[in-house]
Amino acid sequence: MLKTREDLKAFRALCQKAVKAEPRKILVCAGTGCIAGGSLDVYAKLKEVMAAKGLNCSVQMEVEAGIPDVALKKSGCQGFCDMGTLLRIEPQGWIYTKVKPADCEEIIEKTILKGEHIGRLAYHHEGRACKCAAEIPFYAKQTRVTMARCGEIDANYIEEYIAAGGYEALEKALFEMDSDRIIREITESNLRGRGGGGFQTGKKWSQVARQKETVRYVVCNGDEGDPGAFMDCGVMEGIPHQMLEGMIIAGYATGASEGYIYVRAEYPRAVERLRGAIAQAEAKGLLGDNILGSGFSFRLRINRGAGAFVCGEGSALTASIEGKRGMPRVKPPRTVEQGLFGKPTVLNNVETFAAVPLIIEKGAQWYRSIGTETSPGTKAFSLTGNIRNTGMIEVPMGTPLKEVIFGVGGGMREGATFKAVQIGGPSGACLTNDHMDLPLDFDSLKKVGAMIGSGGLVVLDENTCMVEVARFFMNFTQKESCGKCAPCREGTRRMLEILERIVAGEGRDGDLEMLEELADTITATALCGLGKTAASPVISTIRSFRSEYEAHIYEKRCPAGSCQKLKRITIDPELCKGCSKCAKVCPVGAISGKVKEPFVIDGNTCIKCGACLTTCPFQAIKEA
Amino acid sequence: MDSKKYLTIDGIPVEIAGEKNLLELIRKAGIKMPTFCYHSELSIYGACRMCMVEIEKGGLDAACSAQPRAGMVIHTNTERLRKHRKMILELLLANHCRDCTTCGNNINCKLQDLAARFNIEGVRFPNTAEKPDLDTSSLCVVRDRNKCILCGDCVRMCNEIQNVGAIDFIHRGSKMSIGTAFDEPLANSNCVGCGQCAAVCPTGAIVVRNDTRKLWRDLDDKNVKVTVQVAPAVRVALGKELGLAEGEDGMGKIVAALRRMGFDEIFDTSTAADLTVLEESNEFLRRLEKSEAELGGMPLFTSCCPAWINFCERNYPELLPHISSCRSPMQMFASVIKAQHAASSSRRAVHVAVMPCTAKKFEAARSEFTMNGEPNVDYVITTQELIRMIKESGLVFAELEAEAVDAPFSAMTGAGVIFGVTGGVTEAVLRRLSSDKTRAGLGAIAMNGVRGMKGVKEILLPAGEKTLRIAIVSGLKNASDLIEKIKEGEHYDLVEVMACPGGCVNGAGQPYTAENKAERGNGLYAADKLCSVKRSEENPLMMSLYNGLLKGRVHELLHVSYGGSHKDKGAH
Repeated sequence: MLKTREDLKAFRALCQKAVKAEPRKILVCAGTGCIAGGSLDVYAKLKEVMAAKGLNCSVQMEVEAGIPDVALKKSGCQGFCDMGTLLRIEPQGWIYTKVKPADCEEIIEKTILKGEHIGRLAYHHEGRACKCAAEIPFYAKQTRVTMARCGEIDANYIEEYIAAGGYEALEKALFEMDSDRIIREITESNLRGRGGGGFQTGKKWSQVARQKETVRYVVCNGDEGDPGAFMDCGVMEGIPHQMLEGMIIAGYATGASEGYIYVRAEYPRAVERLRGAIAQAEAKGLLGDNILGSGFSFRLRINRGAGAFVCGEGSALTASIEGKRGMPRVKPPRTVEQGLFGKPTVLNNVETFAAVPLIIEKGAQWYRSIGTETSPGTKAFSLTGNIRNTGMIEVPMGTPLKEVIFGVGGGMREGATFKAVQIGGPSGACLTNDHMDLPLDFDSLKKVGAMIGSGGLVVLDENTCMVEVARFFMNFTQKESCGKCAPCREGTRRMLEILERIVAGEGRDGDLEMLEELADTITATALCGLGKTAASPVISTIRSFRSEYEAHIYEKRCPAGSCQKLKRITIDPELCKGCSKCAKVCPVGAISGKVKEPFVIDGNTCIKCGACLTTCPFQAIKEA
Repeated sequence: MDSKKYLTIDGIPVEIAGEKNLLELIRKAGIKMPTFCYHSELSIYGACRMCMVEIEKGGLDAACSAQPRAGMVIHTNTERLRKHRKMILELLLANHCRDCTTCGNNINCKLQDLAARFNIEGVRFPNTAEKPDLDTSSLCVVRDRNKCILCGDCVRMCNEIQNVGAIDFIHRGSKMSIGTAFDEPLANSNCVGCGQCAAVCPTGAIVVRNDTRKLWRDLDDKNVKVTVQVAPAVRVALGKELGLAEGEDGMGKIVAALRRMGFDEIFDTSTAADLTVLEESNEFLRRLEKSEAELGGMPLFTSCCPAWINFCERNYPELLPHISSCRSPMQMFASVIKAQHAASSSRRAVHVAVMPCTAKKFEAARSEFTMNGEPNVDYVITTQELIRMIKESGLVFAELEAEAVDAPFSAMTGAGVIFGVTGGVTEAVLRRLSSDKTRAGLGAIAMNGVRGMKGVKEILLPAGEKTLRIAIVSGLKNASDLIEKIKEGEHYDLVEVMACPGGCVNGAGQPYTAENKAERGNGLYAADKLCSVKRSEENPLMMSLYNGLLKGRVHELLHVSYGGSHKDKGAH
């Protein structure tokens, strides 16, 4: 139990000493992606091999214990998900990719015992093996600030975080700053909400701080519900303490003594690591009564969401914590006035809280030196889709789109052509080649009708049908609408109905106009932010890919060739020799004809399975 | 013009005088803003989005939740707004069973109204709720999911005002609907049958159960003797729809109409209310003699309201022994009438009660109120159903000449008439208990705080050395708040509970009125003034009843014990 600031300083010194003493370290990525790819098997295998070789391997840093031969750690997400399982070898800083349990023997034998680099496990760029992060374009082109510690420390132990300078910001806040000073620092940094809204965090905090009501809450929104977004998951799993530290500082600054972390239940690992982090912080006296003897007390609870996208909306989230149905309510009163349990509430996103300790530690000026004038700092994105380097990335706000796609992302995969990138999830929009120079920041995106959302970037290639993309998101929004307000509940259902019709080849004249009309009403009249933006994926795709919609509606054709129902499989009578092979493989009996005469496919019966295509020895069957 | 206190609505300056939202202000300015989900007594829900307005420099906002600010310039009727309102109506209609002509709320439906007002000429989407989807399990109300527009008025009424919580939203997105816990039929839920959900429902999604069909058949049957009693609150509520003023006493015309429709004997429930006053007063006096320990610190709760009895059985079964053992006036009268009939006639007897109340339909079916296995009240017809029967009969109600009720139960008092309004039972009991039998004495009671439409009223009454503390609550949320206070040690001697806010005049069986709720209560007080006898004990009929029919049968005919759990009583 650390009772004073001096205790913490002394403990940090011990932790740092212990970290320094670790001669060799293997950090196995234990982010959700790598775990799914089998990283825990790699971890177990490494442990087993080391035991077999008689190596003294420590899995938990113990500040007073003897010096191990090798420290084996589970890190948070190292970001380069496409290359998992990722291993980080210290002190060299080498990164091994796509590691399998079968590689472990060799890793211990060569790298750990002999200090040799294994080239085949390294990332290769333009035929050259890249040993360290600095050589790998995916890492080299990022600016990892908020996520700097993520993947570099063991996420399970507070000692690691403290050794890496963790809780220094809390120390500074508690003993060198008062509430006003902290809020001023955050305000000057112009930190804007990373959850999508981009509201100024300092302003929010000061509004809570000046409420008459003295019972206040700090709430962290970890409901990350956008399809394709996983940055918050990365933070909660990889650097849980950094987020807790931000929340404690927020509590101190705004006079709250209680906080809630709302995590979606689909993130069991995040919940587990946060629980562990809270227990450790409590045991060390960094959470609880009279933190470090400062007189400030703060407690944190975890609330698991029940899987509703709408609970990412502030007032639905607080209602859900209160045990009520997760539905947005009308404002005013705003959350800063009457939020959780009707009390003034600071509600920020995971990434926002994680940025707070850095700003307190290094100052607003430093933070503003990154990013743009109106959107300072960095932003984490989840980069997915048909792109070379998928994973969790962090770049300065205002980084041009092409830098993200072709720099960090390494461009499209072999043979694919860039078509669009979907940004901001179900509330977001599609950016195209025309937007390559667009700086990714709150205001620039807003100008083109898009939004940063929580930061999901899904890269789409020329084989992606944009009408289908719109249908996918509308299906999501429609299902996830809370159902409260009429325009969102009924409007999204009708938009989906129309989109489903169009991709099924049953589009009608007037459908596009009806989609626009519905979108207009939903956008103008829906109750909450999610409703107001529900039509964005449709509107943005109509704007950029109108001809694709028209091809579906008027020509019954999917230009991307992806809409199953619009595919037409025909037999070229010139090439068909009447061998009847196709008719035999057809599972639904759609092909008929006389032997030695051209066969025909009945389009109404055909299910477009493609079995005939691969069977025809004369390439007489064509798909259009 | 002082710009600090005004804003501009459609070019007209309107003064801000503490209105809690823009909508109230716009309505004050005489503009009929369309809404589905706004009720001033319920919390602001903001879901129908029909009240969107354009605010200069502020964009679009819902008037129900926007705060009035001085200097605001507001437009309520622009091309953009009309377009959005029409679209929302079209969307709601697309997911609505549009069997308007056969709907229980035909011509009494906000959706129908607004669709007409906004000239909806067609619905461009496929109808996803073509057929009715009914829950007919409740004896009190009938639900049709496919007529529901999910405005949430019923949910908020049931939770916020009634604290019953029988219904809430279930599922989400376009699958959202209103349902009970585990989506069980309403009869299997903790619904108390107050029907206030139906009262606020803007469409035909929750309507009062219609029990008139079989009644018509009995009226036509010469071998059946049909007697009817009419509750006090009915007379001041049905006139508005039949050409009288809101709150105007239509009892004489009701009697005339009932007689024309074929009812054999017509009585006024106020008569039985006098019996209730006498019995309840006696019970109260007997309790006053008991020690606090014997009473367990509990007051005497009134028992006239069946929804309150249901609520108590479900939520506070431990209070049942403290509920007055008096049957409700309807049941006292029914047992007296049935007993009288058994002694005199050979025709099959059917007794009908015209009530302002949906829960009475459930009360009539309770096993406690039967004689030889037959219910004492065969049909409970609400005011709404009576109006429909009168219309169906082709009677021009407003032109009917008033008639008097039938002997032998024709005598009643003002005390019985005021039972229909919150505080009325208490006032009637106080008239009985007060030793001051002068006209001034009556005035003093009326002025002591029993009157008024407030949901919670409290009066202190000196009685010898003691001071009696009496609470009058209407709305079940108010009742449960008071019960919690009592459990925490607050002392009361008598508590009057009416489930419906304002008492029976605002019962769910009455035509719904959002405005002028007090008019109906005032109508009853006016009727009281016209009664020559004001005190129940002075009703000449009482003496003859106690000395005749009721001799030795007071307990059997006038009292009841609600001992068991509601589950034994069968679902309503």
